[in-house]
Amino acid sequence: MHSPALDDEKSMKRAAREPLLKLSGVSKSFPGVRALHDVALALYPGQVTALIGENGAGKSTLVKIMTGIYQPDEGEMLIAGETVALPTAHAAFEKGVTAIHQETVLFDDLSVAENIFLGHAPRNRLGLIDWKTMRANAREVLGTMGAGHIDADTPLRDLGIANKHLVAVARAMSIDARIVIMDEPTASLSAKEIEELFLLIEFLKSQGKAILFISHKFEEIYRIADRYTVFRDGEMVGEGMLAETSQNDIVRMMVGRAVDHIFPQREPRIGGPLLAVDGLSHPTEFEDISFELREGEILGFYGLVGAGRSELMQAIAGMTRSSAGTITLGNEAIAPKTAADAIEAGIVYVPEERGRQGVIIGLPIFQNVSLPSLRKTSKSGLLRLAEEFKLARTYTERLDLRASSLSQDVGTLSGGNQQKVVIAKWLATKPRVIILDEPTKGIDIGSKAAVHTFMAELVAEGLSVIMISSELPEILGMSDRIVVMREGRMVSIYDNAGLDAETLVRAAAGIAS
Amino acid sequence: MIRILARQREVWLAAAIALMIVAVAMRFPAFARPANLMTVFNDYSILIILALGQMVVILTRSIDLSMASNLAFTGMVVAMTNAAFPWVPIPVLIVMAMTIGAGLGAFNGALVWKLGIPPIVVTLGTLTVYRGATFVVSGGAWVNADQMSTAFIQFQRGWFLGIPVLSWFAIVAVVAFYLLMTRTALGRSIYAAGVNPTASVYAGIDVGKAKFVAFCVSGMVSGLCGYLWVSRYVIASTEVASGYELQIVAACVIGGISIAGGVGTVIGAALGALFLGIIGAALPVINVSPFWQLAISGSAIILAVILNARGQKRGGRIILKKAEAA
Repeated sequence: MHSPALDDEKSMKRAAREPLLKLSGVSKSFPGVRALHDVALALYPGQVTALIGENGAGKSTLVKIMTGIYQPDEGEMLIAGETVALPTAHAAFEKGVTAIHQETVLFDDLSVAENIFLGHAPRNRLGLIDWKTMRANAREVLGTMGAGHIDADTPLRDLGIANKHLVAVARAMSIDARIVIMDEPTASLSAKEIEELFLLIEFLKSQGKAILFISHKFEEIYRIADRYTVFRDGEMVGEGMLAETSQNDIVRMMVGRAVDHIFPQREPRIGGPLLAVDGLSHPTEFEDISFELREGEILGFYGLVGAGRSELMQAIAGMTRSSAGTITLGNEAIAPKTAADAIEAGIVYVPEERGRQGVIIGLPIFQNVSLPSLRKTSKSGLLRLAEEFKLARTYTERLDLRASSLSQDVGTLSGGNQQKVVIAKWLATKPRVIILDEPTKGIDIGSKAAVHTFMAELVAEGLSVIMISSELPEILGMSDRIVVMREGRMVSIYDNAGLDAETLVRAAAGIAS
Repeated sequence: MIRILARQREVWLAAAIALMIVAVAMRFPAFARPANLMTVFNDYSILIILALGQMVVILTRSIDLSMASNLAFTGMVVAMTNAAFPWVPIPVLIVMAMTIGAGLGAFNGALVWKLGIPPIVVTLGTLTVYRGATFVVSGGAWVNADQMSTAFIQFQRGWFLGIPVLSWFAIVAVVAFYLLMTRTALGRSIYAAGVNPTASVYAGIDVGKAKFVAFCVSGMVSGLCGYLWVSRYVIASTEVASGYELQIVAACVIGGISIAGGVGTVIGAALGALFLGIIGAALPVINVSPFWQLAISGSAIILAVILNARGQKRGGRIILKKAEAA
């Protein structure tokens, strides 16, 4: 409730020199993945620090460490000069660290006041919640933030996202949080709501809070942040004052890296146009997308998360409907209404999440492989098991699957072998176009290389591949041409000869070069 | 892994049934005589058929609580038809019962598929609606033995190759469901849609439609059992099979059909129903109050659920955890 009074200019300056939160030497690994390696971060009171990095750079892991959800393997954290350990989310809360997420984590069915004071509600003498005081305090906090228009008794459900953010901030104020983490807070806000959020951030700054602001949008970062820290591949690669650093410098820090693995050399034999998408639009997700995929080509799709790439591909693969535009495969116009239609036409979409959207754990390997091809393996209504096994054997052998039996539950296989089953499943439908959504997300380097080699083999056989990837080395290392999307629209299409990463990042982030 | 465990569970269930028979037979040898076991099987044939229908629905992560009401309604309509037009041949009545039942099931399925209402809510509603409809068509009156034709009553009491016709219905149903679930694209889609609906959608399976078909199937067998029930107990009333839906679900759960969907077999469901049958038949023989039967089958359900849960845990969720961490 009581924020440090920083009316004295001197103390403010001294406070600004000493970081309120300081992380150093923090490392965190997960099986097969090194998420953070020896990173440092400093947050200063009354300042906004922007945390910048590609997807997978380790930003979310860091936020989880700062809020007590993950424990670092190594490293130390200082808050106001004191070493602290945050074994639980509650410990972080008590130390005054609070996070405001993209999708706010509050309770829709509780009132605004209840949300603000959940867990630390004022009590009366009987130990029951003192509703009167709670409402009055809620109104007071909202008032100081200039959010007096929010009624403390409204159920949270009735508020828009922007107002929910205000409630989350009010909650942070009420626990006297000193460190406020904002993880892509603007992602689902309108332009006007973003302005309101920025006013609020200014207010938090004036209260001496240390703010960590995570965003992919450069204009916002330059608008609101004072400092920056850039992460790349789980390491801290640069920090400083934004006023002294250009956007291009930051982009360079984000992408510049040593090559960590060699992409397969291939001699693209590109044929004529196979898939033509013209003016494809969706009411809310993407608009006026036109591109051509040629035979034997790998077409990369790059953009920030939420640029509409997956949604576009799902429309092409029949999972969602487009509202306008045409899709032509070969010489035939197609309008797939279901995934089955698209598979029949020869377009398959391999979704991003293997566990949830790919393998069917509980079914044996051969049934996983034959699932999209059941029409082909049955005769007069009955499945022919011999045909199913033959299909499964052909494709799993080709992918060098390690399994003792094809009747084995796919859940008993390792992650890499499960991925092979998923790929076998799609290849068995004999597709002409295969759409891979983040094909190497979350798998180790060795498996990544195997997937890349395999992609090269597929196109060498004349298949056409569309690859959505948010990893720059992958998109640059594998694609023949690259489409960049931003906020549901196509920015441009590049030939991958001599293309540099910075051009792509600038296009995806909307920075004029 | 889950499949292998499930298979083992079916072996265990069969062993448990055999053990019960042996235990009772040690004191009352007549219990284990083939003729007696045949009677038990015959008595529980209707439950077996209903459990198979319920199994298909549960596999798609749904539940059909309206089966017993569907059975009562269809049984009433068939019995009234027989009373009014005794010349209508029994096979025609059976087809009629299955069609009406499938229609009521399709209504459930359509609400689940097209309106996205949770199955438990839909069928809890139609449980009452179909029971009420039975009252409406009959005006609350019963159809008694003397109103039914001899053929209507005697058809399922006939014998064929030394086995009662009613039992043949159950045997044919087991074979038909076995083929449906293991040898057709539909059966495979139902399993896939139950185990992992998201991945199934990407593989081109219409999960909503699979649920719809499952409800049609459970409705169809409810209709069939409507005829079998009223002709066996020689009465059609508004109270027929009241509360029986719980027995049907119990048979499935004991048979290892996972309420979470996607796991379970035809043999399991049939054995689950037989397990309840043996308990029901044995307890009066060894002079245990029939009220104990409820407690024992209740305990069996809980035991089955515990075994299910342990089986699934061993199935492993390692990959999911890895994907989350990355």
